[in-house]
Amino acid sequence: MMNSEERLPFMRFRGIAGIISALLVIASIVSLSVNKLNFGLDFTGGTLLEVGFQEPADLNRVRSSLESEGFGDAVVQNYGTQEDILIRLEPRTDVKAEELGSNILETLRAEFDKTVEMRRIEFVGPNVGDEFIEQGGLAMLTALICILLYIAMRFEWRLAVGAVAALAHDVTLTLGLFSFLQLEFDLTVLAALLAVIGYSINDTVVVCDRIRETFRKYAKLTPLQTVNRALTDTLSRTLVTSITTILVLLTLFFLGGPLIHGFATALLFGVVIGTYSSIYIASTVALAFGVSREDLMPPEVEKEGADQDPLQ
Amino acid sequence: MLNKYPLWKNLLVTFVVLVAALYALPNIYGEDPAVQISADRNATIDASTMDRVRNALDSVDIEPKSVSLENEQLLVRLNSDNEQLKARETILDSLGDNYIVALNLAPATPEWLKSLGAQPMKLGLDLRGGVHFLMEIDMGEAMSKIIDGMKDTVRAELREERIRYSAVRVDGTAVEIELRNDEAFQEAAQYLDNRYQGYVLAENEETRTLRLEMTEQKIAETRDYAVDQNITIMRNRVNELGVAEPVIQRQGSNRIVVELPGVQDTARAKEILGATATLEFRMVDSENDVRDAMNGRVPFGSELLPMRDGPQQLLKEDVILTGDHIVNAGVGYDEYNRPQVNITLDGVGGNKMSLATKDNVGKPMATVFIEYEATDERDEEGNLQFTKSAEVINVATIQSRLGSNFRITGVGAQEAQNLALLLRAGALIAPIQIVEERTVGPSLGQQNIDSGTQAIFWGFVLVLAFMVVYYKKFGLVANAALATNLILIIGVMSMIPGATLTLPGMAGIVLTVGMAVDANVLIFERIREEIKAKRSPQQAIHHGYDSALSTIADANVTTLIAALILFAIGNGPIKGFAITLAIGIITSMFTAIVGTRAIVNSVWGGKRLSKLSI
Repeated sequence: MMNSEERLPFMRFRGIAGIISALLVIASIVSLSVNKLNFGLDFTGGTLLEVGFQEPADLNRVRSSLESEGFGDAVVQNYGTQEDILIRLEPRTDVKAEELGSNILETLRAEFDKTVEMRRIEFVGPNVGDEFIEQGGLAMLTALICILLYIAMRFEWRLAVGAVAALAHDVTLTLGLFSFLQLEFDLTVLAALLAVIGYSINDTVVVCDRIRETFRKYAKLTPLQTVNRALTDTLSRTLVTSITTILVLLTLFFLGGPLIHGFATALLFGVVIGTYSSIYIASTVALAFGVSREDLMPPEVEKEGADQDPLQ
Repeated sequence: MLNKYPLWKNLLVTFVVLVAALYALPNIYGEDPAVQISADRNATIDASTMDRVRNALDSVDIEPKSVSLENEQLLVRLNSDNEQLKARETILDSLGDNYIVALNLAPATPEWLKSLGAQPMKLGLDLRGGVHFLMEIDMGEAMSKIIDGMKDTVRAELREERIRYSAVRVDGTAVEIELRNDEAFQEAAQYLDNRYQGYVLAENEETRTLRLEMTEQKIAETRDYAVDQNITIMRNRVNELGVAEPVIQRQGSNRIVVELPGVQDTARAKEILGATATLEFRMVDSENDVRDAMNGRVPFGSELLPMRDGPQQLLKEDVILTGDHIVNAGVGYDEYNRPQVNITLDGVGGNKMSLATKDNVGKPMATVFIEYEATDERDEEGNLQFTKSAEVINVATIQSRLGSNFRITGVGAQEAQNLALLLRAGALIAPIQIVEERTVGPSLGQQNIDSGTQAIFWGFVLVLAFMVVYYKKFGLVANAALATNLILIIGVMSMIPGATLTLPGMAGIVLTVGMAVDANVLIFERIREEIKAKRSPQQAIHHGYDSALSTIADANVTTLIAALILFAIGNGPIKGFAITLAIGIITSMFTAIVGTRAIVNSVWGGKRLSKLSI
């Protein structure tokens, strides 16, 4: 009778899911080591200018005027609209780096006319960028460890390992996507990645919570059946939350402006992957480690002084 | 009876929401373009200043919205943006140099709200325009300045005590003293032992050398001091620039963040903030021949330095006085209408100057202009490398004993201006370099606000629609919670003094809107399950809330951990994002668990229900 309670047989596909995930993770790692990440200014250092023209900008004229001033290595491209352009320069040693931005703006104003509008100038020294990478990596690692500890404490280590595996899976795939498509990886994308961690963990904990509860409630189910049942019970919640989150991320993607584009892309992808991983990765890993009903029964808490007579 | 909240719980929810709404309210009033006037050290602001400002504005037909005196500052609110620049010019002209006149945006919060301490959210530079600098201090130079000063002190004291030494020199973070004979060695060892706090004395009898080594603690203190001193000076310089609401903060062990909202002229800002010029006053070595020195025979204790528009000069290495003691500096003109810089020293500086010039009347003294320039290169330890260039700008014969007030000549007019400004704002103890700069134009800032608000609005609408379709009446409850949540986030953001709204922060809010429904979804799904399990509606509601509680707590605590770590470790955009995320998690838990329960209880609670609209 209990078997009919198992509902959707999610775990039947865990083999396929595992293979797909493993392949994707390997592909991501390969892409990360071959293509690397297309680090933005925040990490590489250098100078970036966003300037606005009154009419569609003539990129070639911008390039040649920059070249004549000795900025031949500048990357010039449109940004957002035809009137806005983005100019990027690698860190250089021959000129005082922090003055580059103003110099270029002057050049453009001389070549075109005074109406060239400065929208954004960013300059990051090369060392600062290195520190950002270090700091960002550190932040992510610390977050992972703290979350692992919390779940291990609140749940059980097998589920904690499953949850963190799901997290690592999501982060690796998102990084892999950025590397594969060579999307620019800047500080906002890093923030998005950390948000993916937040979202993914939220999702996974809900599933873990239900697995624990199901184990305790239905003594006769096998671990596999238990997981299936827990996943089925949480499925509509998982989907509803993902849908609302994806809805707002889509508005951010389309309406949030170019500065937030990378952020929205990373999160959109991360949320989709996170939803999938909370269903397949966390529970598969926990099952592989042999999670069982006994592991998840509430510990017998011996109340302090329970065996003593109450004080009068 | 099931599903009834006690009165106090309902009151608590109402109270929290009302307070948050009250503090969120200032955000819809917007801001007035304004001009902010504060007094420099030689001026005061009072009713008469107010009249002068009013009259000046009157003469150019600008009708200010209001003129008010707040915290010793005069705030002139204007009716439109395009009056702002003109108003500033006019006021600056009529008040003169002793006032700092800055452009500002003043919140148009009504008085009654202001009296409650309610203020709109602070907007980050990416939303309001302005410039952000990250500056790095040359710690090597800071340390060597301190230890050089120590060397001079030790030398002077030994001389005073008539202890005969053959050399006093600096070695890393230590001062080494070589004594002439054993007797002097004993005497010096006794004299110097425990004399200076933060230094330990090591004796080497064989070489008759004493070593005063800085302790680790002293080194750390010195580094801190260097940063603090630089921050103070940055603050002075920012004041000279006349910027409203600047942020000047320490970051890490040797960096300073300076944020100047609304500043567009970054070139001038950089020139003033980044300048590391200082002055030194030294005696000219007139006992030795300059030509000998130029041929390579520089006498011990002297140094050959170039002079602006003149021959090289031979100067004593000992510095009489450095720029740190200058308290005021202004530009003046001498009888031939040549620019000069009038300098006022502090008490210690005045004494030093007076002592040094007492016995040297009739001898030449040189003013050395020192400038540090970053080379963009670093040593193995990652410390910035600077080149120091020293130039004699003036040599004058000391006519009489000098005190706290004197002047230097031999500088150009523009240079005199800049020099005076820099000296007034203080000499940096160590040179700095700008290692990061982010400038956001005002139009981009506005565009960021617009697109951010739009994204929040539409995201919000979509989620609201989805929830109603999916959960029907309970969806409406969730929507009420969502709206309340948004108000709570804005209210809390406005209340916390350190919280700043940035573009990633707005993204954080958008994300929270999406995720905030999660707690409700968890609860509602449980209720649906309970109904499917044939419980009565009241039982279903009760159990639904109960069983979802621990899941919600676990899920959110883990996310909160992530947010807090982001806040602690990250900086800039990451921090802005972490703040809104953390606040959003807490408020959404409150609205989803307590808030919706209050509504559900008052709508459905305590009644006999046959079915639920969920």
